[in-house]
Amino acid sequence: MIKLLVGLRDWVDARLPIMRAWDTHMGKYYAPKNFNFWYFFGVLSLFVLVNQLLTGIWLTMSYVPSAEAAFASVEYIMRDVEMGWLIRYLHSTGASAFFAVVYLHMFRGLMYGSYKKPRELVWIFGMLIYLALMAEGFLGYVLPWGQMSYWGAQVIVSLFGAIPVIGPDLEQWVRGDYLISGITLNRFFALHVVAVPIILLALVVLHLLALHEVGSNNPDGIEIKKNKDANGIPKDGIAFHPYYTVHDIVGVVVFLFVFCAIVFFAPEMGGYFIEYANFEEANALKTPDHIAPVWYYTPFYAMLRATTLEWFGLSSKFWGFVVMGGAVAIFFVLPWIDRSPVKSWRYKGLATKIAIPVFAVVFLILGYLGAIPAEGTFLGMERKAAAQYLTIVYFAFFFLMPIYTSLESTKPVPERVTMR
Amino acid sequence: MKKLILACLLVMAPVAALAAGGKSCGKIECDAFDVDLHDKAALQRGAQVYMNYCMGCHALRYARYERTANDLGIPAEMVQGNLMFGDSKIGDLMQNALPDAQGKKWFGAAPPDLTLIARRRGPEWLYTYLHSFYVDPARPYGANNLVFPDVGMPHALYELQGQQVCKPAWKIAANGGIARDPVTYENLEDEHYPCGRVEHVAGTGQLTPEEYDRTVADLVSFLEYVGEPMQLERQRIGIFTMLFLLLLLIVAWMLNREYWKDVH
Ligand code: HEC
Ligand code: HEM
Repeated sequence: MIKLLVGLRDWVDARLPIMRAWDTHMGKYYAPKNFNFWYFFGVLSLFVLVNQLLTGIWLTMSYVPSAEAAFASVEYIMRDVEMGWLIRYLHSTGASAFFAVVYLHMFRGLMYGSYKKPRELVWIFGMLIYLALMAEGFLGYVLPWGQMSYWGAQVIVSLFGAIPVIGPDLEQWVRGDYLISGITLNRFFALHVVAVPIILLALVVLHLLALHEVGSNNPDGIEIKKNKDANGIPKDGIAFHPYYTVHDIVGVVVFLFVFCAIVFFAPEMGGYFIEYANFEEANALKTPDHIAPVWYYTPFYAMLRATTLEWFGLSSKFWGFVVMGGAVAIFFVLPWIDRSPVKSWRYKGLATKIAIPVFAVVFLILGYLGAIPAEGTFLGMERKAAAQYLTIVYFAFFFLMPIYTSLESTKPVPERVTMR
Repeated sequence: MKKLILACLLVMAPVAALAAGGKSCGKIECDAFDVDLHDKAALQRGAQVYMNYCMGCHALRYARYERTANDLGIPAEMVQGNLMFGDSKIGDLMQNALPDAQGKKWFGAAPPDLTLIARRRGPEWLYTYLHSFYVDPARPYGANNLVFPDVGMPHALYELQGQQVCKPAWKIAANGGIARDPVTYENLEDEHYPCGRVEHVAGTGQLTPEEYDRTVADLVSFLEYVGEPMQLERQRIGIFTMLFLLLLLIVAWMLNREYWKDVH
């Protein structure tokens, strides 16, 4: 039996380089041995991606993409399909989990300067993944055809209408109708289950190929390839398989622990993973009093709402759209605006050590402000004004980065990685 | 590790703060109310009340008679005799015969389907809502509601609860409690909110206030069940899953330690 399998393997390998691929990406891929907690989130992103694809396929078997039947078909899945509720909760919780792990994954890049040369392309592909993911999440949220699905789509699609000249036509082209309707739902379904997943998968492959070409960074920001032994193996490297496979299994199980706790005991997560208003079917005649996007978009939504500029006679809605888009897009240029000679914040100066935590806190507070109604106060301040200040700090983090990263004094980077 | 826990807490704090403010009862505070889905008898009574008093207007069109009867432990014959609406069959969805357009004409708003109302509004909201009807001659059916002002729905449980009238809200003292008269020690009313609280008119209604509380509790529990019929099953499977993951974690941990013990 073993002989047969080995024979099959060799037969295939003579025609397709599976052994070489295994060695390049697993058995002889040398990763720095000082990975910490933050290095789990790449693998976890992959894990959640697979979860979304599998549960998504099963949901598609019973979901009906029409304005008349979509809402009822989701309840059909929840009630009449064997274990349908589990599949749906895995998928809905998976969407939030995806963003949670990807945000932490990106934050790791920020802390350890993983976007810096030679990993610019890894970062660019990562950002493209993030954009695709935002699109995928938005499209998917429309499918259950609840009130928030409908009105969230209404708010976001109407942003296109704020673009000067072409806006109104563009908006109608995206919707395929004069208002969000079954036609919109149908095309969003096509995009959510076919188009965007294909793009996402392709980008993930490119992301990993680019990463394995240059090798992983690490918490010290040291290039381990500069320090090789006689066999050409990095002294600080360790074979991905088996060392990091067994390591990552622990990470996956811990993740599953948290994930399953939510799936089985709090699938709505207090209204943040599944919004309560979405238990009411979409109704074009009844605007909800408070339209809030799901938590993973709220930082950007807060910036959109906070924008009151009316430059060049263009609407504040248009400028809000620009600010929101800019807040995402600005991450693309990180590799070029970070002028520091070192990668990891461990060896950067005081300015960076202050800027990164401040940025993280600002991002979280913006997320909070984006989830609550725009009127009212926050810490005794007008909410809108608070969001405006925070938006400025958010952008200052990037715009001032070339200055503080080149002026601050850095610490010497050690020759070899540290295990702490 | 300490840093990690701190970071998690920092992230969770705003989430918890947000979650707390989830479902509000409008002008007044929601009554506290906990659902016990294990109490089959209560769910059965709730189903009975629902069928008698609500189903005529509000369908449960995502739920099925058969599943509901099985989950609640009601024998099929009994369902057919007592609970089923019109000439439905046991495997049918729980529909009623009121077309939306008709409902709209009669009540100004079509009575919504209530299958998911407990997930939409929350059990506390429902419990409070069903306690907050009061007499208001200005409304077409003579009833208004504190939680849902100018609601199109008549007080469906009027014969059970009897009459309630609207009274001024209690005055709030500086310490946040109810202000009291320094001499008589009676609660003081706040004339700024002439209608901020309901009061039952003693002697009206077939049920005593305590019996009415229990009836509403049963009804709301039933709605909570119907909103997510697999809730108990979900939690049961969840416990096994968590135990399994715990074992898996121990194995994974030991495997990892074995491989990494020589890496420095
Ligand atoms: C005579 C018809 C009628 C009966 C009987 C009736 N309702 Fe209603 N109900 C309505 C109408 C009409 C509305 C819509 C009110 C509006 O939107 O203004 C409504 C609204 C509601 C709502 C609010 C839904 C929302 O928008 O969140 C709840 C909850 C509700 N009813 C519960 C019940 C319960 C529980 C019973 C049984 C005790 C019941 N109703 C009996 C007609 C009825
Ligand atoms: C579907 C989503 C994604 C998947 C499946 C994924 C997968 C991975 C994996 C498996 C790794 C190696 C393990 C690790 O370093 O944690 C990695 C590294 C990396 N990813 Fe991603 N990623 C995703 C999204 C992103 C995004 C949105 C960004 C940032 C914009 C990003 C930036 C990076 C960078 C910079 C590295 C190298 C990190 C280093 O070496 O320090 N990734 N990714």
